[in-house]
Amino acid sequence: MNNAFGEPQSILLLGGNSDIGLAIVRELLSPATRTVVLASRDIAKGEAAAKGLRHDGLTVDVVAFDGAATDTHETVIRQIAATHGDIDVAIVAFALLGDGEVSSKDPGVAATIAHVNFTGTITATIAVANRMRAQGHGAIVMLSSVAGERVRSANPVYGATKAGIDGFAQGLGDGLAADGVHMLIVRPGFVHSSMTTGRSAAPFATTPEQVAQVAVKGLRAKRRMVWAPGILRYVFSTLRHVPGPVWRKLPLGD
Amino acid sequence: MAILSTVNFARRSLTGWGRTNATVAEVLEVPNHEVADVVKEAGPRGALVRGLGRSYGDAAQNSGGLVVRLFGSAHQAVIDQAKGTVAVPAGVSIDDLLRVLVPRGWFVPVTPGTRFVTIGGAIASDIHGKNHHGEGSFGSHVTSLTLLLADGSQVKVGPRRNPALFWATVGGMGLTGIILDATFTLIPIETSRMAVDTIRVPDLDSLFAEMTSPDDDVRYSVAWIDPLAKGRHLGRSILGRGDHARLDQLDAKDAIAPLEYTPQQLATFPPLVPPAGYINRLTVAAFNEVWFRKAPVRAIGQVQSIASFFHPLDMVGSWNRVYGASGMVQYQFVVPFGEEVAMRTVIERLSAARAASFLAVLKRFGAGNAAPLSFPAPGWTLALDVPAGSPGLGELLHGLDRIVLDAGGRHYFTKDAHTTPEAIRRGYPRLDEWKAVRDSVDPHGRWQSDLSRRLGLTD
Repeated sequence: MNNAFGEPQSILLLGGNSDIGLAIVRELLSPATRTVVLASRDIAKGEAAAKGLRHDGLTVDVVAFDGAATDTHETVIRQIAATHGDIDVAIVAFALLGDGEVSSKDPGVAATIAHVNFTGTITATIAVANRMRAQGHGAIVMLSSVAGERVRSANPVYGATKAGIDGFAQGLGDGLAADGVHMLIVRPGFVHSSMTTGRSAAPFATTPEQVAQVAVKGLRAKRRMVWAPGILRYVFSTLRHVPGPVWRKLPLGD
Repeated sequence: MAILSTVNFARRSLTGWGRTNATVAEVLEVPNHEVADVVKEAGPRGALVRGLGRSYGDAAQNSGGLVVRLFGSAHQAVIDQAKGTVAVPAGVSIDDLLRVLVPRGWFVPVTPGTRFVTIGGAIASDIHGKNHHGEGSFGSHVTSLTLLLADGSQVKVGPRRNPALFWATVGGMGLTGIILDATFTLIPIETSRMAVDTIRVPDLDSLFAEMTSPDDDVRYSVAWIDPLAKGRHLGRSILGRGDHARLDQLDAKDAIAPLEYTPQQLATFPPLVPPAGYINRLTVAAFNEVWFRKAPVRAIGQVQSIASFFHPLDMVGSWNRVYGASGMVQYQFVVPFGEEVAMRTVIERLSAARAASFLAVLKRFGAGNAAPLSFPAPGWTLALDVPAGSPGLGELLHGLDRIVLDAGGRHYFTKDAHTTPEAIRRGYPRLDEWKAVRDSVDPHGRWQSDLSRRLGLTD
């Protein structure tokens, strides 16, 4: 159960190695936190991340989770709840970025990214939402992207999956509100992280820690959507209306 | 779910009086004779009874489960004039009950700062009032109660009849079963008025001294303390003492109808949420300053109504809305006598943090009772409201918790919305004893609440 300050007792991170996801977990930690579950495809990496979080009075568990194995998602969530009880906050942070050059030309690569990022996110989120509906409380943090507003040519497959789950989360979240479940959509811009190492940054680039601060503030304030950094909301409310020929020439990173 | 003729159920979002941490449950309003059938249908998230929702935190919430509300009318109250007791359905509020009792010359043994609590809730929270130093908490005045158990059976328990289950139910936060009715002793009164002495006290040491020996002779005593005062004014407060006025203390006009009792609400706070920052350090400090200065330096024997002496905040309905969307927490703890330094440190920290807070209440507790989870214990208790959205409040209160626990103190379940299972283990060393009794009557965990889940009371 959350306490009156919105401090959760149990946190689930789907995508247990995600830099942004882990930053949100760290930002959420308080004396009230009892359990963190890192659901990762790579257990060894998950264990390494768990080591960095563990301290007295906090249980950090790593469980096997494959975003692509959509038919296992319901079972994984059920087992986590059976072991640790209520899930107060779930962060949905797994995604494949891929090389936009490759994925926009290779249907096989594109299909894999679309499957994990779109189908996998949907099945895992539905599994979490079902559990939270039954609990009568809970919060889901959906890591979307500014691509949720407009997809760039540099990585159309990745961008489209983010746009897709952004819309999915809006619709699902509105339905969940009556069940006491809060959906927060986080739309970061370019984030310096292991996922983006070696790529040139877009304007208003940010860090996982800054995204985490914005996300946790949004959780406490029960916001429906937050942008990181906040200014991107206004930047993109303009950019979405920019005519195609101009949009194509904008230096938005790769 | 069984469809019963009189059952109204709906999936509803519930919070405590602090309006924090809403959760959704199936809420049913049922008459006493149908409760057993309804709770039998509870799923894995169990069932809980809810009174008027005046617990500040999550004590009367059961997310994803069943929440039952009881019907009950004060007209079903049976007063035994010879014994000075009353038997009432548990869903009756102190507000409704006083309207029946006071005109007949009786008063409830204990009333909290609001009369909008049910008798069942009063027992489950083992509530205390301004007379705790002399007369103890509500549970100490209960002679018997009927409890609906998890298996659907009913038992009558009291201090001499199955005392273990009785005392586990007193202060048991609804987790031993549903209290259906109760019988308790009353205070005989000659009038519906209070004779009140008011004293301005300049600082904390004077307050401790003033509340120690002279208070033993007064029935009701409580201090309102300004938590924003600092330095040599730290702990400045207004001490109110009183007792039920005797007939000879009333003037001729009041003496015509000495037991007339018609408490009224002057206003209701509108449901519109005030903008953030409506309650801030400056507005609160100004309010507290005015409040302190308007009190007489010393006024003896003033005649007041029951409502203005015991329930001043009830004059504004839904006053909790003043704290806006993020709600508020009420921080209440007790530290034993001899730990006055801890109390001072807590007040200093609160004052230094400038957490906008209206007047806090400081009270000297007398002896506790036999209930393992009853909050009151000999010592000093402080209660204050703070807007839950105040930045850094979580950290501040977690820090204060350590001071309280290190001093051998504890927190009040009915107010709590932030402590941890460890804090409860330390504060309530008889928790395991209570759990053993609880588990014996509810082996499958039918009775659950958000509070029990958060604090691990039923694990």
